[in-house]
Amino acid sequence: MKILPITPKTNRKKKSEEPASEAWILRLYVAGQTPNSLTAFDNLRKICEEYLECQYTIEVIDLLKNPQLAKDHQIIAVPTLIRNLPTPVKKIIGNLSNTEKVLVGLDLRMASR
Amino acid sequence: MKKNKTNANAGTTEFKKVPSGIKGFDDITGGGLPKGRPSLVSGGPGCGKTLFAMEFIVRGITDYSEPGVFIAFEEKIDDLKKNFKSMGFDLDELVHQKKLVLDHITIERTEIEETGEYDLEGLFIRLGSMIDEIGAKRIAIDTLEALFSGFTNEAILRSELRRLFLWLKDRGVTAVVTGERGERTITKYGLEEYVADCVITLDHRLMNQIATRRLRIIKYRGSVHGTDEYPFLISSDGISVLPITSMSLTHKASEERISSGIPRLDTMLGGKGFYRGSSILVSGQAGTGKTSIAATFIHAACKRNEKCLFFIFEESESQLMRNMKSIGINLEPWVKKGLLKFHAVRPTAYSLEMHLSVMLKLIGEFKPSVVAVDPISNLYPIGDDIQVRSMLMRLIDFAKSLHITGLFTNLSNDENYGVFAIEPTEMHVSSLMDAWLILKNVEGNGERNRAFSIIKSRGMAHSNQLREFVLSDKGIQLLDVYKGREGVFFGSARMAQESGEIDNRLRKNEEIERKKREIESKRKLMEIEIEMLREKYAREEVDMKILIGQDISRERTEAKTTKEIATQRQVDR
Repeated sequence: MKILPITPKTNRKKKSEEPASEAWILRLYVAGQTPNSLTAFDNLRKICEEYLECQYTIEVIDLLKNPQLAKDHQIIAVPTLIRNLPTPVKKIIGNLSNTEKVLVGLDLRMASR
Repeated sequence: MKKNKTNANAGTTEFKKVPSGIKGFDDITGGGLPKGRPSLVSGGPGCGKTLFAMEFIVRGITDYSEPGVFIAFEEKIDDLKKNFKSMGFDLDELVHQKKLVLDHITIERTEIEETGEYDLEGLFIRLGSMIDEIGAKRIAIDTLEALFSGFTNEAILRSELRRLFLWLKDRGVTAVVTGERGERTITKYGLEEYVADCVITLDHRLMNQIATRRLRIIKYRGSVHGTDEYPFLISSDGISVLPITSMSLTHKASEERISSGIPRLDTMLGGKGFYRGSSILVSGQAGTGKTSIAATFIHAACKRNEKCLFFIFEESESQLMRNMKSIGINLEPWVKKGLLKFHAVRPTAYSLEMHLSVMLKLIGEFKPSVVAVDPISNLYPIGDDIQVRSMLMRLIDFAKSLHITGLFTNLSNDENYGVFAIEPTEMHVSSLMDAWLILKNVEGNGERNRAFSIIKSRGMAHSNQLREFVLSDKGIQLLDVYKGREGVFFGSARMAQESGEIDNRLRKNEEIERKKREIESKRKLMEIEIEMLREKYAREEVDMKILIGQDISRERTEAKTTKEIATQRQVDR
């Protein structure tokens, strides 16, 4: 398992209406280094940097190396992004190139406004 | 065990086949499903797709030691386990033995947002890891089309499905993929276009308010297969497909004869009874004693220690046994002894095909040597002539192939036909039968009697005589009917005729006696006369003799006198 903890940028302007943020745990399931998985990872990092002010962790899980996890975590499509924290668990698929949809899927659309 | 079974319709193939283990299916496909390839099973809701898929996996494990993977998109694992427990499939145990992997794939569109390009590699990895986990040779995916409800991008989905089927082929696993039936297509989303080798449809339809399950092989590349719709049955031990139309007329005819249980009938049948393995039709009107003939036949078979299966469509088991006791046939001990088994069900309980399935299944399990069906005419309300005929043909062929003697009763109800006129419906079935006994009510003199005759009995010299059929507490008796100048008489008319005849005979005897006596007395008279004549003659003879004696002595005296005279005269001479 490849775990890439990414620390958010420090000097971001705070929005007053933002609720007390908590740590985000995001898991990106991929199957090897495919163009889609690389794109997804890039897109995810950009979105996180831009919209997440709090602490966040991105775990990239390569199913080729851990095939059992596909069953355990109910993964069919790759890439799949699962937001484990904060609850509720959110699941989005695709290479995350449609930023708008990613934001909706991660409940960031509202927060960003 | 099923590997050796081949049928006449399906020839040999270049394809290797894997027995599915589903009863009958391997017969109609000539060996089962294409080995190492995916097959598609489609059908509407509740038609048995999941069962087909699961039975394929479970039988593969238990009967052919091929581990299997079952992917469920619709049912949860716990539900599956529970459902199949009732069918006698212990999925937990198979999982524990590492021969089975169950996986439930949940797809809920509401929780999935599609944010760009993706593929279904996760599914492939998932399947692959499960296959590797137990070294699976079989995989079932039920129902793959659930994917269409989970993902919106159909272009991606279709290319991934195509890839999936190729991938399954590459892995060399024998796969069963199920799909929902579509309006005009075999499956709702056209999965059939990806599966080139074998497509099967299951159907569950209503005919005359009776549900019938049918299976059809739409295509089977590289293999000859039956194209008919085959009825199938879901029972407590899984699916049974009936490959009966593939039966051919190759059964071996037995020389052995078995008693009908009615001594006189055996006499009429060339002295020895029916051939073993033959089919016998007993037809007659209501209340003519058809069931009694069947019960007597069964009674006789049980006495020979043979197993019998009695399908009854009109009475319950206990009612029939009670009724038969009244004619001195007690079937109860045979039931207790396990020699006799009843299957009592209303014909309308289920479809014709289902009846056949149940019958064949029971015959297969119980292995009787005699089967009786009472009456086949009750099947007509649930199927037309052709259907009933084809059902009976399959039943008879099946029975014959196992050397089972079958007795079928048929209720003929048209009173307008002549004494032994044949009804059109009976014509349909009679050609299937080797022997045909007919019973008929004969009315006259204010009473009704039963006439009995053998219409045909293939392969033996049989009596052409009409008999009176009499039921008593001692069972069935066949009596000679009265045949005289005035016609054929039954019952008390027969008795009256017979007693009248006795009177006549007595009268004639008396006459003869009288004449004899007359002659005797005449003779005596004559003898007396002779005696008298003889006496008269005797007397006359005596008289005559006396007279003759007198004459002689007189002559002698005369002669002497003459001599003396001469001497005295001194005649010289």
